[in-house]
Amino acid sequence: MEEIRLIEVKEGILSDNKALANELRHKLQRMGTFMLNLMSSPGSGKTSLILKTIDALKDEFRIGVIEADIASTVDSEKVASRGIKVVQLRTSGFCHLDATMVSEGLDALEPQALDLVIIENVGNLVCPAEFDTGAIRNVMILSIPEGDDKPLKYPLMFTVCDVLVVNKIDAMGVFDFDINAMKKRVRALNSNIRIFMTSAKTGEGIDSWVNWLTKEIKGFRKNSKYHPNRLSNSEI
Amino acid sequence: MHELPVIKSIFDMCVKHAKANNASKIISVTLKVGEISDLQDEWMQRYFDYISKGTFVEGAKLVIERVPLVMRCKKCSESFQVDIHAGRQIECPRCKGTEFAYVSGREYRVESMEVVCGGDTADRS
Repeated sequence: MEEIRLIEVKEGILSDNKALANELRHKLQRMGTFMLNLMSSPGSGKTSLILKTIDALKDEFRIGVIEADIASTVDSEKVASRGIKVVQLRTSGFCHLDATMVSEGLDALEPQALDLVIIENVGNLVCPAEFDTGAIRNVMILSIPEGDDKPLKYPLMFTVCDVLVVNKIDAMGVFDFDINAMKKRVRALNSNIRIFMTSAKTGEGIDSWVNWLTKEIKGFRKNSKYHPNRLSNSEI
Repeated sequence: MHELPVIKSIFDMCVKHAKANNASKIISVTLKVGEISDLQDEWMQRYFDYISKGTFVEGAKLVIERVPLVMRCKKCSESFQVDIHAGRQIECPRCKGTEFAYVSGREYRVESMEVVCGGDTADRS
């Protein structure tokens, strides 16, 4: 006989992804490999910021990059031309990376021999905010031409990031961008967020961003269970 | 298209719980989704129908309960509801404070499912 029943579920919608992301973070902690998840709209300067960051840090840290692109390999070729290990994940239409995809990309990079892994997420402010990648820190870029009202339109993204990089500040004079209004909007959503102002083109502000990242990586490695003296081997 | 991967995750969860309870059909699935989420109700149902087509889940209705976004002012502790889609600067209505903690509005879970148990269960896939 048929009967209708109510089943209590009370389970997080993306709980499987979250569990895998937490597992990934433990693994990174054991290896002493710092992973950064970089998110933004398309065209805000993710690849340019990554290249500037690589130039500034490649002598100090062993770096790998996970590139997510819906179809092309343009970005990964640029990164590889710097002599950096890069894994290209073709998301075949998927608009974000999840912990499973990142885990596969990470394995291909041999992360135990790396100090820093940068994920260039798919250019999109919606889905990447929902899917934890297992990264240690989440960073987003907002570029000046996109406008100061982005926090009002995509609030969730601003709530999940540790850092906001405001890029293309060299174009400030061309666009009607109210920095103070933008900061106020962002801080209302996330009072702990750090904000850096950069131009990946002129190099302005890159120092502060790189200094912050260096401190984060060193702090992370200090707390890692892995022996921290790996840096001496980085020239090999 | 942003709803699709999330809906796939909901669908998998429905199948798992339905099988564990020997259900032959799912009538409805109740979700609690915070107002801060960008997911659109209409598209969630459309994608759910698309994914569940031809399975024993087909025909299930998504009941989406939106949880209002409520914030608490870090300065004066006032709690207040925010209309996040209005596109306005968030500000404490009491002291005009600009830093807040989240009270609700970030929920993202499957609450319950209404299912049919017994009857013809041979066709479950």
